[in-house]
Amino acid sequence: MQPHIEVPYQQCLSIKGQALTGLSENQNLILQNEELLKDAYRWMTLTRVYDQKAVALQRTGQMGTYPASLGQEAIGVAVGMAMAEQDTLVPYYRDHATFLLRGWPIRDLLLYWGGDERGSAGGPVQDFPISVPIATQSSHAVGVAAAMKIKGEANAVVTTIGDGGTSKGDFLEAINVAGAWQLPVVFVISNNQYAISVPRTIQCGAKTLAQKAVGAGIPFLQVDGNDFVACYDAMQEALERARSGKGAYLIEAVTYRLGDHTTADDATRYRSPEEVKEAWSKEPIKRLQTYLAEQGWWDESQEKAWQKSCDQRVEEGIAAYKTMPPEPAEAMFDYLYEEFPEVMSAQLDLLYRKVERMRAPDSVVDELELDGLERDDSANDESLDEE
Amino acid sequence: MDTNKSSAQVHEITMVEAVTLALAHEMRVDESVVLLGEDIGPNGGVFRATLGLREEFGFKRVMDTPLAETLIAGMAIGMAGHGLRPVAEIQFMGFIYACMEHLVSHASRIRNRTRGRVTCPIVLRAPFGGGIHAPEHHSESTEALFAHVPGLRVVIPSSPVRAYGLLLAAIRCNDPVLFLEPKRIYRIERQMVQDHGEALPLDTCFTLRQGDDITLVSWGASIMETLMAAEQLSEQGIECEVLDLATIKPMDFNTILKSVKHTGRCCIVHEACRSFGVGAEIAAGLAEHALLELKAPVKRVTGFDTIMPYFKNEQYYLPSEQDIVAECLELMTF
Ligand SMILES: Cc1ncc(C[n+]2csc(CCOP(=O)(O)OP(=O)(O)O)c2C)c(N)n1
Repeated sequence: MQPHIEVPYQQCLSIKGQALTGLSENQNLILQNEELLKDAYRWMTLTRVYDQKAVALQRTGQMGTYPASLGQEAIGVAVGMAMAEQDTLVPYYRDHATFLLRGWPIRDLLLYWGGDERGSAGGPVQDFPISVPIATQSSHAVGVAAAMKIKGEANAVVTTIGDGGTSKGDFLEAINVAGAWQLPVVFVISNNQYAISVPRTIQCGAKTLAQKAVGAGIPFLQVDGNDFVACYDAMQEALERARSGKGAYLIEAVTYRLGDHTTADDATRYRSPEEVKEAWSKEPIKRLQTYLAEQGWWDESQEKAWQKSCDQRVEEGIAAYKTMPPEPAEAMFDYLYEEFPEVMSAQLDLLYRKVERMRAPDSVVDELELDGLERDDSANDESLDEE
Repeated sequence: MDTNKSSAQVHEITMVEAVTLALAHEMRVDESVVLLGEDIGPNGGVFRATLGLREEFGFKRVMDTPLAETLIAGMAIGMAGHGLRPVAEIQFMGFIYACMEHLVSHASRIRNRTRGRVTCPIVLRAPFGGGIHAPEHHSESTEALFAHVPGLRVVIPSSPVRAYGLLLAAIRCNDPVLFLEPKRIYRIERQMVQDHGEALPLDTCFTLRQGDDITLVSWGASIMETLMAAEQLSEQGIECEVLDLATIKPMDFNTILKSVKHTGRCCIVHEACRSFGVGAEIAAGLAEHALLELKAPVKRVTGFDTIMPYFKNEQYYLPSEQDIVAECLELMTF
């Protein structure tokens, strides 16, 4: 028998988009805030359009493997909207909504997933890059939070992770120290039910992932991750606690990954159409849209105009992505060390010679012009797609 | 143990005390320097490298972490990304492997991955190497594992003066540095170390002795046997040039090459096991660039490709003065 642990669960909008009763003052305030909710709706839809087009780019060989956030837009937007600009985001790879809210140009997101390192330049200067190794970001986040505490800043750190990631030591070590040192960090689990093909129930024997916080001594909460209002309220509370020196918080957002894990995955191999259909009935965008429409805050013509503007914004980003001149080969040395170590110059010479050979397979080129290097279009890594 | 709290500028101190001196110096002049690790607070670290620093700098700058090496490395990266200069102690290098993912996948690449937006000025200090009769997992020299990683610096001091100067350089460096401290020579000699705050250069070999016959390249604790061997050979009329590699990666190969082109002979001495190591890297470089100047094959005096024996037998594993002399005599008669 598992010992009983009371895990609070928070939901504000029914799956049909109706406000529930018995809500807190802040939740009611959010529900009455037309502009805030419309903003949230706009970011969620923009994210979805961006996701669809990113997947299409990958399918047509114009981008690398891509992990869509289809179905998880509510939590991503709630995180992005609740964070202050000067807070620090230590993200995982499926945080597209939050990245957009933190100011990453669409072009840069596409560059990143298109295999061009210049994409990583986006975002506020203090935010961390996407962490591809699972869960390592949790340790970085507590480091940032400790730095904030040492420096006496009143900001907070938000770090995100998938359900699978909570199985790793990094996550457990991080929540442990966050509790012990009372660090200003909010852990957000996007529990989308799967880690690639492994369902949440096989991942961990506990009834909820939120309760992992018990052992760390930090407060915890489960929210309906498809309910923007519930997510936003939870984030506001957690961030306020963190900023006012009350320590860490763990939120498990219960959601569902409606798409494949990545464009290299085929989710039909491990889950039934019925399950996915059922999940679609709970998805976040429709839910908020219904609520907005019933308040008389959103209608067909606004929807049309907004969809058009999303299309346009994403198309502009795609155009900017496609017209980026290729990065010169020697850029691989640029950011390795702060200053290029003189002792490595022999290796740079080797690269120049290699580039020379690639440019002119049959003849010797006298002048090296790295900037104009042809891009190899087969760079779309097939082997990664097989992963 | 002498904590050297006197304010005199010149201290006659051991290498581990030089580490403390450098840490204290940098913490005084740069508020962003913080220390974290296991038992580094009141205990001063198991080798006492941080002794007295908690008293002087307080809890916020000298942090005892939970017992979690992965966390220490990851947390240091987070701190560095947010404007601090963390110097983390990993109690023994034998426990550093839990940090590997953070070093390889994050610390060494975060500048590159953010195009310079987020940087990682961390120092991970760890005592390493054999010869102090330590238990299993405490005696290996695995610097080559880390030297293989692009974007990491691997620095190994071999005297109090170099420990002081190189550690200052490591802390001031805006790239991640693995600072490996050969614990066998932590307390073996005292040197006059001036607490002047001057760093020694990274990415540079130090020439400890000049000679025309053989170039001896070594680093860390083995420098001691290497210098003794050079002395013994000198008595037999063979003059060795002794280079302390100091920064293992990126390696100052040009200094080695120049010396070997002058002497025509090279013997590399390292405690780490023989194959796929830093010695092999130097030998390969010499094969590429000095083949016609070599008067004899490049030699290596190293540990074996075995697990470091438990301490009753460790003297069979560690390169000795006599091993070096024997190889050098062969080089001269090739
Ligand atoms: C340390 C590590 N192991 C394995 C992988 C390969 N991998 C990439 S995503 C993934 C599943 C992660 O699932 P989860 O944490 O639930 O997040 P989700 O992708 O579902 O959002 C795995 C196993 C990895 N990136 N890092």
